[in-house]
Amino acid sequence: MNNVWSLVKKEVRAYFGSPIAYAVIFSFLLLTGYFFYSLVLWFNAQAMQMAQNPYYAQQVNINEMVFAPLFHNMSIVLIFVIPLMTMRLLAEEKKTGTDELLYTSPLTVGQIVTGKYFAALVLLAVLLGLTALPAVFTFVLGNPELAPWLTGYLGLFLMGAAFIAVGLFFSSLTENQIVAAVLTLMTLLLFLLLNWVSSLGSGAAWTKVVSYLSFSEHFEDMTKGIIDTKDIVYYVSVSFFGVFLAHSVLQSRRWR
Amino acid sequence: MIEVQNLTKKYGEIVAVNDLTFQVEAGRIWGLLGPNGAGKTTTMRILTGYLPATSGRAKVAGHDVFNEPDAVKRAIGYLPEVVPLYQDMTVAAYLAFVAEIKQVAKAKRKGAVARVIESAGLKDVARRLIKNISRGFKQRVGIAQAMINDPQVLILDEPTIGLDPKQIMEIRELIKGLRGDHTILLSTHILPEVTQVCDGVVIINEGELRACGSLEELTASFEKTDGVVIKLRRAGAEEMALFRDLPGLEKATVETKNELRLEWDRGRDLRDDVARLAVDKGLGLREMRPLAGIEDLYLKIVSGRSEQ
Repeated sequence: MNNVWSLVKKEVRAYFGSPIAYAVIFSFLLLTGYFFYSLVLWFNAQAMQMAQNPYYAQQVNINEMVFAPLFHNMSIVLIFVIPLMTMRLLAEEKKTGTDELLYTSPLTVGQIVTGKYFAALVLLAVLLGLTALPAVFTFVLGNPELAPWLTGYLGLFLMGAAFIAVGLFFSSLTENQIVAAVLTLMTLLLFLLLNWVSSLGSGAAWTKVVSYLSFSEHFEDMTKGIIDTKDIVYYVSVSFFGVFLAHSVLQSRRWR
Repeated sequence: MIEVQNLTKKYGEIVAVNDLTFQVEAGRIWGLLGPNGAGKTTTMRILTGYLPATSGRAKVAGHDVFNEPDAVKRAIGYLPEVVPLYQDMTVAAYLAFVAEIKQVAKAKRKGAVARVIESAGLKDVARRLIKNISRGFKQRVGIAQAMINDPQVLILDEPTIGLDPKQIMEIRELIKGLRGDHTILLSTHILPEVTQVCDGVVIINEGELRACGSLEELTASFEKTDGVVIKLRRAGAEEMALFRDLPGLEKATVETKNELRLEWDRGRDLRDDVARLAVDKGLGLREMRPLAGIEDLYLKIVSGRSEQ
């Protein structure tokens, strides 16, 4: 455990000691801020109109009208941001030859991979944590519900964790960071859009299976405050699978 | 301390190391010599647990490299061919990180970092980012990280490469100072380094062992004759004739227009007689140097021919 912790510290320092973390955080906050601002403006206009009609007035809901779409937008941005966070994790060590130091130290491949994974999770947590700040104003000035807001963040974090695992896997395959980023991005986009097939077939079994594999399929409920074990199981298993694949790749590479 | 037995490593069809067997005793410094592509780096990578061997066995510090890799990794310090440095870290932070992953006890880490900074002469650059220091300092940081866990066995892949002559001297002194407490295997292609630093050599070529032993042993077995090259004011047929009559001399040849090559049976020493003759006859003796340098020996061994 100490070994993993040493690696996590080193990786987090590498993120924040270079422009990577700041570039990622800056651009993510900029976009999130813009989404939030425009959604709040839209919500204001809508709420004004709906308040005229007693029937619609009851349906004005800041959670559904601001936060749910905001979380959706953030999840899309994560697809573009996370490959940039994960591309260097293993590829850079290979490129610069520092992997030789790690593999000739008394560390297991499992510890190396877990350390890298946790470090990226820390950056993700910082990233999401900072986006929570604007929401404070909505809680001060309005009365949104806390639970769906929290589950929305839980969903974003779990989804991000799964993305990171995918990125880690592709970073283990190559020593070229660009290749790792491109492959990760394409895979994430593909998995995001897998649920399109459900509109193709008329409810055939295979379309259900394929759309179950889609990232977006499992996110919907969380933005509404519903925690379903099948969604959590999905994200956690994708994470485990990605980390496991990265581990296998490194292990096999050393035995070649 | 280091035992290698029938070690073979194949990359697909290419045989990098073939049936290699050698031993290094505790507390000695051994050089691993060979032309580029001879399998030096591969051998070192196997010994440090970075690469698995295809077949054969290797034991370092009493532990089997394949069965107890963690015990071996704890007991060794390794400077790879490409120095593994994190460019965005300061020297001190980097060394502290290496101390952590090499599992230096927490209480001793600070002391270990201070010790290697001192002995590798890194005091002035300790707070600087690695990417901003010179090539020579980077190399020294590499050596410092290899020593951080005070290892029983040090494996150094070309430790003096990229250093200026003064730094080379300092690093050699540093390595020599480790003799006795540490067992060191270093690869190099600077031949004088071997005579200055090493107790013995392992010479490999094309992945196969060519020779192994102390320098004296190797010279004795590969060179039948001993001798000198002398530099005179003028060296021609008449001068050569003068030396030919010297008792015990086997062979005298003209090397260049002012150099003579004189050989005699190994075991004898005619250097005094040669010098006396040159002075007595007033030949203008300028220089006398031993015939069998490490270069000759190395070339002979690597090319696989001997005069026997």
